Formats: sequence, structure tokens, C-alpha cells
Amino acid sequence: MTMTTELSEQAINQNPEEPIKVRRLARNKKLLAGLLIGGAILLFGLIGPFLTQDPRLVNDIGLAGPSADHWLGTTQTGQDVLAQLAHGTRGSLLVGAIVGLLTLLLSAFFGVVGAYAGGWLDELFSLFTNVMLVIPGLPLVIVISSYVPDKSIWLVSVVLAITSWAGSARVLRGYTLSLRSRDYVLASRVAGERRWRILTVEILPNLIPLLASQVVFAVIFAILGEAGLSYLGLGASGSFTWGTMLYYAQNGLALRLGAWWWFVPPGLMLALFGAALSLINFSIDEIINPKLRHQTRADRKSWRMSREQLHKAKEATL
Amino acid sequence: MRYLLRKLGFYLVALWAALTVNFFVPRLMPGDPVEILLSKLGQHGPVTPEMRASVEALLGTNTGEPLWSQYVHYLGNLLHGDLGTSVVFYPASVGSIIEQTLPWTIGLIGLATIISFLAGVGLGTLAGWKRGSWLDTLIPVTTMFQSVPYFWLALILLFAFGSIWPVFPLNGGYDVYNVTPGWNGAFLGSVLYYGALPAITIVLSSVGGWMLGMRNMMVSTLSEDYMVTAEAKGLRPGRIMRRYAARNAILPSVSGFAISLGFVVAGSIVTESVFSYPGIGSALLQSVGGNDYALMQGIFLVITLSVLAANLLVDLLYSVIDPRTRARS
Repeated sequence: MTMTTELSEQAINQNPEEPIKVRRLARNKKLLAGLLIGGAILLFGLIGPFLTQDPRLVNDIGLAGPSADHWLGTTQTGQDVLAQLAHGTRGSLLVGAIVGLLTLLLSAFFGVVGAYAGGWLDELFSLFTNVMLVIPGLPLVIVISSYVPDKSIWLVSVVLAITSWAGSARVLRGYTLSLRSRDYVLASRVAGERRWRILTVEILPNLIPLLASQVVFAVIFAILGEAGLSYLGLGASGSFTWGTMLYYAQNGLALRLGAWWWFVPPGLMLALFGAALSLINFSIDEIINPKLRHQTRADRKSWRMSREQLHKAKEATL
Repeated sequence: MRYLLRKLGFYLVALWAALTVNFFVPRLMPGDPVEILLSKLGQHGPVTPEMRASVEALLGTNTGEPLWSQYVHYLGNLLHGDLGTSVVFYPASVGSIIEQTLPWTIGLIGLATIISFLAGVGLGTLAGWKRGSWLDTLIPVTTMFQSVPYFWLALILLFAFGSIWPVFPLNGGYDVYNVTPGWNGAFLGSVLYYGALPAITIVLSSVGGWMLGMRNMMVSTLSEDYMVTAEAKGLRPGRIMRRYAARNAILPSVSGFAISLGFVVAGSIVTESVFSYPGIGSALLQSVGGNDYALMQGIFLVITLSVLAANLLVDLLYSVIDPRTRARS
């Protein structure tokens, strides 16, 4: 839909200096800020570990403040905080990515397929989803992870995904239910399209913005959940994440000793990344639901076509 | 009536699922939790055959007893309220520990959540009503608070108001040295004083979500036709805002309230650990630290039951405030 209007607008603009879509997206300050902050943290997690020192290297200058050698100071045993932060960023982002992907698959399967198929399958899937939704996630994760002494970061992510997909499945189900009874879906059914084709070609593309925002939510919850779990000492063993950094900072009495350079950076990274993802989510919401767009009078005036554009539009329609 | 029965049926299924998860998790995990638990119990005192039987019913046996009969046995024990004996708090039974710790958690988390919900919905209503005002621009800031992890915010607040400016106590649920627990003014005052900082943390980190949700629903509701009609009738703006817009816009927030309870409980476990609050979350962590599987299973069960009960309550409330749910079914 949007593609066609975009094309016709460009056709009206005989010599567009830049495509309208890019300009409109760039004007969306929330999206831009979110992408910039999120991208910077992503780059830091990808490249940082190659540039910093060994995060496990023990030194005899324990609990020193920021200096030229150690930009973010050192921990109690003299490990470089910046190096730990770089590795921790990578670990936390990995958890977020795995859980995001698994949530996408699980919630799309139980939400979309169930709602589209209808009948007893829908009843069953929806019951399952709702039951998973009311069973509290973190206590279950704590119970499961306390039985397994040696956990890999993968296991923690899978457990987090299993306990957190239900919410987005419910949202997707609601939207799919409203989509499947739309006229164009009925039309394609009458036209004799196969069911899987209707699902993948007609319905799924309309779900993409919603899926994207659900995945972003899942990533936020996963990273926060993993941080909480690690902070309690139940995270993946022998790995670095923002949560394990906070756990060691808490155990090393960083708070009582005033070693702010140890416990502030990981928390700040968590907060910044979370904020960046929520900003991206807001702008996705605003794209899906135009009512939410912030419209001031000046904004509305800028929508008006110029005299030249009006003239050309009139010519094009004639 | 049919709506009610349907809801009750669903919660029965959910309850059964929770019990079953609780049954299977220790049996599917690697290692032998029964032997670990029994050897720990043995360090404290003699293990009676009854204790052994109740632990085996809870966590599984190696005696080759078929799974379904173990399951029946486990359900039977639960019906009698027998959750086994705790290792960490030996010789207290799991039931008595839950009885002691649950009121603290419900008091702190329940109150803080209700305050946060009311404040968030109220502010969100105003922000949606006057779009583009200073309150509206405040929303991104509060959602920033929401993406800050619970425990980190708690740590920072504790660092600021416990260590640098000692306004609030560092940990605990009440002044252990100077007051005696009971229904007296000194104890209640102490509880409020000790609970203030944890409660503030919970409110700060959760109010943004309510505010945003309510604001967005207000904005959508304001563009409905009946809003135009209400304005054309010349009703007072306050009445339009409260009785026409907010009343319709609050519905998703109420159903969201039910879903969020699970997250609230999860956050509370971490918050309680930061403030060493004597609630059920701290007990859960102690049981995890001491491999006290009986206590752990019992607490998980109680947390799940509380969340289910709260959800049921919200669902019933929802059917009262939104008549359409009753009509549809």
C-alpha cells in the first residue's frame, strides 16, 4: 500500500532531490536517536572486545579510579572495567539476540498460525498461551536454573525465551484475528489461493511492524531478565554480561567503598540500550498507529503541497 | 454467568498446569535433588521416614515407582498442605516459613504496585488530554526509568539515600533492635519507614509504563465520535475527560494490570534481595543458595498461586467495569 503511494508521489515530483520516505524517517527524531544509541552500543559490543585488554587479567592495582591505563578504573582484583564492559556488552547482546529470535518463532507460531487456522487448534493454542502468560516467568527461571549447576549462556537464553514468548503471542493473535476476516483476505480465499500462501503472502506482511515491535520488547525483557538473574548469582557461569558485572561489583562491596566506576557503567549501558530500544518501539508504534503521531499545527502546515506541486499534480491527474 | 464459569475453568486449567510444572521440573533436571536434600537434612538431625516420604513425593524417587502414582501422591500431599521440611530454616516446615514471609511481600509489592498504577493512570490521562504539554514531554523520561533495571535503580538510590545522605535505612523490614513486632504504633511506623525506599524504587521504575499506555489510549479515544458529541453538548471539560474519555481508555490498562503482576513478582524478588527485605523473594533466594529444593518448590507454588488469584480478581473486576465482556460470551 505505502509503496504504491510512495511511487506515485515520486512520479509527481519530477526531480526529487531525495526520496520522500528517507526524509520522513530522518525527521523522526525518536527513531534516529534510538538507532544511533542502539547502533553505537552494538558496535561497541562487536568491536570492543578486540581492542581492549584481557578482562580476566588480574593486576595489583585493585579498585583504582579511572586513569590513562584503565579508562574506567579497575575492579577489586585489578581487572580492567572497560574490558569487562566490552565483553559484557557482547554477552548481553548475544542473550538479547537469541531470545529475540526464539520469541519471534514461538510467538508467530502460537499466535499467528493458531488464529489463522481457527477452530479447536486456535482454542488449544490460545489456552496454552494464556496459561504460559499467567505462570510467573522469573521465579520459574530461578527454579530451573538452580537445578543446573553449570549453565551456558545459551541455556539461560532458551529458558528466558520459553518463559517470555506468551505475551507477544497474545498480541499477535488478536491482530491476526482482525486481519483474517478482512475483505482482501476473503477475496484471495475466493480466488482460490492456497492457505499457506494466504498466510505468508497476504497476512504476514501486514504483521511485520507488530512483529518488529514485539521482538524489540522481547530483547529488552531478555536483557533485563538476564541481568536480574546474573545479579542474583544464577546467570551463565564463566561468562561476562552486564548482570554478572553488577553481581561482582555488589559482592566486591563497590557500593560501600564508593567505587562508582565499577557499578555505574554496566547499569548505564543497560539503561541506555533499553531506552534506545523503547525509542525505536515508540516510532514503530507511531508508524502503525498514525493517531499517536505528535501533530502540531506547524507540522500539519508542512504537509501542504507547494503551488508548483499542486500544479503538477493537477496535470498528472488530467 | 457463562463468562464467570469460563474464567473459572481457565484458572483451574492454569492451576493444574502450574502444579504439573512444579512436579516435573525437579524430575527432569540432571542430578539427584532428593539425595542432596536428604543429606543436608541429615546434617541437622535424624531424618524420619515421614520426612523422607514427603521429600520423595515432592521431588521424585529412584525406587522405580511409576510416574503417575508419584503424581497422585504429590497432589495428595499438596491437598493436605504438606510442603516438606526446610533445610535452610531447619526444623521449620516450608508452610510456616511461607506464612511468615508472604505478608511482607504482599504488603510492600501490593501497595507499591497499586500506588504506581493509580499515579500512572492519572498522569497518563492528563498527558493524553493535553497533548504536547510539559507532562506529555515527560513521558520519554519516565520510560527511560522503566528501561533501567529494577535492581540497579535500587542500588543507586540505596547508594545515594543510604550511604551518602543517610535518610533511609540500608536494609531490613523493620528496626530489629528497638521495636517489637505486633499491632503497635512504633512497629507500624518502623515498617513504613523501612519500606519507603523499596516502594519508591518500584513506583519509579513501573509508573512510566502505565503512563504511556494510558496516554496512548486517551489519544485514540479522544478522536472517537462520541467525544465530539460530548463536546457539542457543552459538557464541562472535566466531565468529558473523566467520564467519557478516561473511563473508556482505562480498559486496556486494567487488563494489562493482570498481565503485569507476574513481572511485578519477578521484580520484587530482585528488589527484596537488594534491600534484604524479609519477604518471600529473599526466602526463595536463600533456598536457592542452600539447595533447599523443598522450600524452593513451595515458594514457586505459592508465588504462582498468588499471581493466579490476583489475575482472577482482575478478570472479575474487568467484567464489572466493561459490560461488553459479559455480553459477548
